[in-house]
Amino acid sequence: MLETILERFNYIPIIILMMTGLYVVIATGNLIKRLVGLSLFQTSVFLLYITIGKVFGGQPPILESAHHGEDDGYGSAGGYGAEAAAGYAGAGDAEHAEEAAHGGYEAAASHGEGYGDAAHHTAEVLYSNPLPHVLILTAIVVGVATLAVGLALVVRIREAYGTIEDDALNAADYSRETGSSE
Amino acid sequence: MEFLANLLPAGLMAHAPALVVVVPLVAAAIAAFMPNGKAGWAVAMVTATIVAVFSLALLGAVAGEGVISYAMGGWEPPAGIEYRIDALNIAVLLLVGILGFLCVIYALPSVADEIAEDKQGLFYSAFLVCFAGLLGVTITGDAFNVFVFLEISSLSTYTIIAMGAGKDRRALTAAYNYLILGTIGATFFVIGVGFLYMATGSLNMADIARILAENGHDRVTQAAFAFIIVGLGLKAAMFPLHMWLPNAYAFAPNFVTAFLASTATKVAFYALVRFLFSVFNPEVNFVDLSLTWVFAVAGVIAMFMASAQAIFQTDARRLLAYSSVAQVGYMMLGLGMGTVLGLQAGMLHLINHALMKGALFMALGAFALKFGVREIKDLAGLGRTMPISASAFTIAGLSLVGVPLTIGFDSKWYLIIAALDRGWWWAVAALILSSLLALIYIGRLLMVVWTDTAPSHQGQQVKRTHAPIMMLIPMGILAFANLYFFLDASFLVNLTEAAANAVMGD
Repeated sequence: MLETILERFNYIPIIILMMTGLYVVIATGNLIKRLVGLSLFQTSVFLLYITIGKVFGGQPPILESAHHGEDDGYGSAGGYGAEAAAGYAGAGDAEHAEEAAHGGYEAAASHGEGYGDAAHHTAEVLYSNPLPHVLILTAIVVGVATLAVGLALVVRIREAYGTIEDDALNAADYSRETGSSE
Repeated sequence: MEFLANLLPAGLMAHAPALVVVVPLVAAAIAAFMPNGKAGWAVAMVTATIVAVFSLALLGAVAGEGVISYAMGGWEPPAGIEYRIDALNIAVLLLVGILGFLCVIYALPSVADEIAEDKQGLFYSAFLVCFAGLLGVTITGDAFNVFVFLEISSLSTYTIIAMGAGKDRRALTAAYNYLILGTIGATFFVIGVGFLYMATGSLNMADIARILAENGHDRVTQAAFAFIIVGLGLKAAMFPLHMWLPNAYAFAPNFVTAFLASTATKVAFYALVRFLFSVFNPEVNFVDLSLTWVFAVAGVIAMFMASAQAIFQTDARRLLAYSSVAQVGYMMLGLGMGTVLGLQAGMLHLINHALMKGALFMALGAFALKFGVREIKDLAGLGRTMPISASAFTIAGLSLVGVPLTIGFDSKWYLIIAALDRGWWWAVAALILSSLLALIYIGRLLMVVWTDTAPSHQGQQVKRTHAPIMMLIPMGILAFANLYFFLDASFLVNLTEAAANAVMGD
């Protein structure tokens, strides 16, 4: 049991961050603090993605021999799959080997073009999966945009109500609602 | 329908899937620089027309070819991002395209009334971004791309909802709460996609489905499934996750409510269908169980709880918002049956509900424009003072209840047939009982509109008046559609039948 947990040590801080963030969103009544919690929650997901991309013993995914004939990436992509699977297993990482066994090889096949090429020339180099990083760059932009819109809304709320505490906001709306109905 | 495919020259047609999303995005940037509301509206109108034409042309192409696959930037799937249109999402694309078009016509007088003049250009810009995002979610075949477009549409939705603050400051808190919940939903979704990627190594939805079929579902896929369902369920306002919706609909500008009610939740619901039936396999044990015990059960609870809450509302738009939650319950019940018939009924109700709620919210917007009314009691006498809008309101309202001669009857008919086919007698009872609840809340609205006398103003009866023609046209078209598709349901029935068969057939 302990071993299983320790083998997946990379997920522990992610889970802690994720739960902290979600808890802050739910528990606090302050609109700014809620956004802080939300950011924390989102950031933990960035970490989750990045940790998927890590291959033990893997190099940064940089093409060493960038120029080479007119090879078509597809042909070699499948081959790379097998190599990658072997590579994972060779690196002694149980989790990734397992992953490779049930579909990990598809990863290589499906993320084809660039990889295929790379695999063809630098098949002996084991490298980390760059795709999660690319995805997370997009997600970070989304996160920043969300935070910006959220903060802008808080500014407007503060202008309109004079407070950013949830309880006070509800009280203000409630008194207005009951006031206007009479 | 094949003739529609020839609507556009072949060169444009080849890139139509990309242009449907790109045109509104580019137009959004243009609209942001427009000096006044009219110019901004013109940009939005041209864009919405282009999108509507594209979606019609794509409908023709899908009818001819079956599935259209477009490799974004020339990168072939599954490595590149694929835009994939089949019979399921063409139905939703058409819905968003046509209703977007109608809503934009409606926007001109409504937005001019509710949004400050100097902000209208930016307002249309945000609207177009939202439009592009919704179309993107509908059309893309890439799981991560769905997340990006969901957030593009959601972020702009938060801003355009908050624009209702000019009339009521509660729009701000509604938008803020929607932002918090919407972001949690999107993050759950992206966690789910991450797990799927972990398990399959692919982001292309068709590819994921293929790999899952080959390798079977392990615990990682189950976790992915749970996260994705919760995330998309939040966006689609599925019953226990609908808390953001009533206030957002009640305080947004009228045009925004009409647009969101008829497109945004529908698109999120489509994404849910796509993942449930197309990426995951409904025949797999845990998916099947969740369909029965999560979707059908929560759907039935929604049909009663939300309808009951709707009965006790005082704000007309909030009443209809709760009714929307209840109607999503009907769709969930349809999905929950897990049969082709059930899915078809759910999709049919999705389209029909967009047509009803579009007309209802448009009519409420027309009332608000002329008399500034929002509360139900203030609707008194509008049947006499604004007869055309009130008639459209009535037709769509009766359609919501499911009265014969309206499309609401069609969708309930199909739901009942599907339930009988599945042997779920209790679902038939639930459908009929909750329709009675709908009759109560709609009846309450209609009674006030038609039987109460109009309030007098300084001793004089309010004169008969009409909403601006730009409002009456789209409202009238939607009300007419509510009647027409009852008489000739073949178009919608064929569309949804093809949609259901595309993901569940054979």
